[in-house]
Amino acid sequence: MNNDAYVFDAIRTPRGKKDGALNQLTPTDILAKLLKALQQKHNLDTSQVEDVVIGCVTPVGEQGGNIAKAAVQYAGWDESVTGMQVNRFCASGLEAINLAAMKIKSGWEDLIVAGGIDCMSRVPMGSDGGSIMFEPKVNLKTQFVPQGISADLIATLGDYYREDVDSFAFESQKRATIALNKGYFKSIIPLIDQNGLKILDYDEHIRPKTTMEDLRALKPSFETIGNLGFDQIAIGKYTEVESINHVHTAGNSSGIADGAATVLIGSKQKGNELCIVPRAKIISIATVSKDSTIMLTGLGPASKKALKKVGMDIKDIDIIEANEAFASVILRFIDDMGLDSTEKVNVNGGAIAMGHPIGATGAMLLGTAIDEMERRDLNTGLITLCAAGGMGISTIIERV
Amino acid sequence: MAFNYKKDNQNIVTVTMDMVGRTTNVINEEFFQLWSNTIERLESEKDLSGVILTSAKKTFLAGGDLEMIFKLKDPKYTFELIEKLKAKQRRLEILQKPVVAAINGTALGGGLEIALCCNYRIALNDAFIKFGFPEVNFGIMPAAGGIVRSIRLLGLDTALPFLMEGKQITPEIAKKVGFVDEIVDNQEELIIKAKKYIFENPEACQLWDKKGYKIPGGNPQNPKIAKMLAIAPAILKKKTQGNYPAPEAILSAAVEGSFVDFEVASRIESRYFVELVVGKVAKNMINTFWFNLNKINSGSSRPKDIPYLKTKKLGVLGSGLMGHGITYVAALNGIEVIMIDSIIDNAQLGLDKIEAILNNGIKIGLISEKKKNEVLERITVTDKYNKLEGCDLIIEAVYEDRDLKGKVTTLAEEIMKSNGVFASNTSTIPISRLAEKSIRPEKFIGIHFFSPVHKMKLVEIIKGEKTSTKTLAKAFDFVKKIKKLPIVVNDSRGFYTSRVFERYTSEGMALLAEGNSAESIESAGKKAGHPVGPLAVVDEINIGLAAHIRDKNREELSGKEKQLSKGNWDIVIDFMIKDVKRLGRSNGGGFYEYPEGGKKYLWPELKTYFPLSKEPLSQDEMIDRLCFIQCIETIRCFEEGVLNSVADANIGSIFGWGFAPFKGGTLQFVNDYGLKEFVQRAKELKENYGNRFSPPKLLLDMAVKEKIFN
Repeated sequence: MNNDAYVFDAIRTPRGKKDGALNQLTPTDILAKLLKALQQKHNLDTSQVEDVVIGCVTPVGEQGGNIAKAAVQYAGWDESVTGMQVNRFCASGLEAINLAAMKIKSGWEDLIVAGGIDCMSRVPMGSDGGSIMFEPKVNLKTQFVPQGISADLIATLGDYYREDVDSFAFESQKRATIALNKGYFKSIIPLIDQNGLKILDYDEHIRPKTTMEDLRALKPSFETIGNLGFDQIAIGKYTEVESINHVHTAGNSSGIADGAATVLIGSKQKGNELCIVPRAKIISIATVSKDSTIMLTGLGPASKKALKKVGMDIKDIDIIEANEAFASVILRFIDDMGLDSTEKVNVNGGAIAMGHPIGATGAMLLGTAIDEMERRDLNTGLITLCAAGGMGISTIIERV
Repeated sequence: MAFNYKKDNQNIVTVTMDMVGRTTNVINEEFFQLWSNTIERLESEKDLSGVILTSAKKTFLAGGDLEMIFKLKDPKYTFELIEKLKAKQRRLEILQKPVVAAINGTALGGGLEIALCCNYRIALNDAFIKFGFPEVNFGIMPAAGGIVRSIRLLGLDTALPFLMEGKQITPEIAKKVGFVDEIVDNQEELIIKAKKYIFENPEACQLWDKKGYKIPGGNPQNPKIAKMLAIAPAILKKKTQGNYPAPEAILSAAVEGSFVDFEVASRIESRYFVELVVGKVAKNMINTFWFNLNKINSGSSRPKDIPYLKTKKLGVLGSGLMGHGITYVAALNGIEVIMIDSIIDNAQLGLDKIEAILNNGIKIGLISEKKKNEVLERITVTDKYNKLEGCDLIIEAVYEDRDLKGKVTTLAEEIMKSNGVFASNTSTIPISRLAEKSIRPEKFIGIHFFSPVHKMKLVEIIKGEKTSTKTLAKAFDFVKKIKKLPIVVNDSRGFYTSRVFERYTSEGMALLAEGNSAESIESAGKKAGHPVGPLAVVDEINIGLAAHIRDKNREELSGKEKQLSKGNWDIVIDFMIKDVKRLGRSNGGGFYEYPEGGKKYLWPELKTYFPLSKEPLSQDEMIDRLCFIQCIETIRCFEEGVLNSVADANIGSIFGWGFAPFKGGTLQFVNDYGLKEFVQRAKELKENYGNRFSPPKLLLDMAVKEKIFN
């Protein structure tokens, strides 16, 4: 029996900038709007959906109390639909997809909505607390540093200088601007209010006018806190480093953003029953964890693990979406994978330009990859993200 | 003059709102313009030390122009309009000069909102001045920053009740609550204190624009607020059955807005406002509670060209529930009353009840001891008809029996002034039939009060065949004098209110006979918007009385062309009366059991005698039946000329028997549903449940001509 996990559709909200247009909508409202859009687009009998798995990194306040189930109910979906919220930090959105794929592959479920959400303007990062940051004995033992320090450590170790990371950021803005102008982001569902009035229909975080000069002029963001003590923690562990080169700024790091994405995943048979044509197939998934102080190096190892599972090589991949948490993270990923350029990587820009609504990004990238594979008529795609605690995640898809 | 703009030698600008050709200042398109010009002028001022905003009218600012709001249909236009107004208000707020609202009169709705965007509010301490947000009563909500600023000024828990319930308060209470900062005793002091504030606060800044500002009491993440918010929707729903989007939108806008900054909160508020304004419920409620009510209050149903006719001395026959109630409201409003009962002890009992109502009024602070004594002094109780001498209006409120009513008419008319008017408070017996016993049928009229008289606003005036226009004018003026709401109808079986209301209870009983559970019927009645379910109502009015009226009507109509329709309800009525002798609350039980000191509950045996059908109707189906039958009967009243005005129909249905206010009354319900769609649905109901749902010809014609009831 064919238990392969097919992606029927992947839609997302525009990425809203911090305190931007999406701030007018509550997270549950946004997620429910996406669910309804998915339902309408496919004339979906929602009782056929067995579970809704939603990644959310800050599941407190308005995003608390299992936002997946809240949105399912608020969207008016059938009472039989269950919901669960998962948290694998920045990998949450893609983790939800991978979990859905596993549910389908197991043959125990046939139709799942996976996705992610984080409205970072309304529910700021860190408002859920947590022992890694806020419990001294845990913080001390795990040698916690903020991600910006980790990113600067990666840059220091990899000899990525300020010019390198700024150039990368500039390219991200450039690519995103072209994609924005040419309408490549087909998976965007414009958000409207209760009166049908437009709230946002494009990725408002992108800054098309960004120049290298602008980027060069920005101050390093993590130097001060590094000097306070975090640098020392990193150096204590990475003794080959004399001092941290603080290259990351607001311009070459991912931006705070609001957004959500949902992906309809199921078995081929269920697709036939519902007359929904699959767009892609999930062929491999992987998660890894590496050292938690350098934290953001998981992309390469996770991708290698996923590739190995299906006997593939990175050269077999046509399109790569690697989350631009920080510029150095992607430079390191390219090195780790032995790629010689960014030709296949983030061809339409990434989170540096578009912002990183943490729980949603992984699910957004899957849609971005499929859109681009279809546009260029390519066959394979890989989506990968790093996550706090040293984790990495990867998903390989192929068009059907 | 419109806005008087005056800068004094201390560089204080006083803006006095004085809109032309109006008794009050209202927020309309003209106001927008005046306000814009004023803001621009203030912004361009050099060496401005502060601004005083006040009014030349008796009111400060009455709020949004409902006529304008009623016309708003396009969401985009409405959104831009409200955002434009808010942007202007915001500019006043961030002028960075002290702006004081010198509130010399009532500030409601939009008026209070403008006051809230001033840095300081001083009000004249006059109990006639009212503050509040009445928007919710018209199905809309404060949207010129009223929600955003109220919760930021007072906190969610304090502000929400005012926003959601439309309660109006005096300056003294407004000061206590925190809507105003200071109250003063006279106009002069108002300006002195305003200037004092300006001098002492040269760089005034709104609380919410200060760095580190937090909402008083915290946002919804504060455990105390969280606890309140968890139950607030349930409390609301219990009250509204989910039929009123306005309080829900207010609650949502307040809570969602409390997580974000001022500007975003403001936009959220606008979006909810637009949803309400273009929605049906707001249109229904504004239609009825503004336009229809104004029409009635302006006397559109009163004959023109007849001067005001004062009632000097009133006679009331009967001292029961209705008799003493009528006596009370008349005496309360300055009319001398003679209350007669054939048994003097009963009359005295009636007077005791009046005193009890007065004492209760004192207890809740509505009435003074002095007023109570004045009211009681105006009342004479007696068992002697000759005491009626000098009465220019007599209302009989004796038992609902034609012969008895005839007898008292004769007795009273013998004594009453020859130009006096005799009125019957019957709720069911045709006035023209009663007038047959009168020696002056042209001076005979129906004045139908509702129980309890001191609480129910509506009075149904019924013209008999021979009733003169002067008699009608007299009755109308009397009803207005006692501060009630008069609708005028023509004579018919049950007139308008009783006739249509009876359809509600009958339909409820029919549903029971057809095998629907009593619980679900009662639930459908409440969800349809009635205060209580149909079976509970029958228990209150007593099914014996209902049957008596029915049988009398049948008897009278026997052999005539028009017959009283029969239905499944007859089975239930006869069963309750004959088989189980459960007549209602006053007889110890009916559809409900009434345990001593406990809560009433549905009589468990109902299930035995009216077994559940295998396929009971859905709530929606039952709601449609209960509503449609009333609307159709109302249209029949209209068709037959019992009703002459849409306003009377709508207002009568809501204030008379509590028909769904959110639908705007029985005829507005049809407008809301769409006449064509209503006809279609009525035909379906007719097909499934009988001819009583047959859409009247008048409706069919109107639907074809695409007319509405207005």
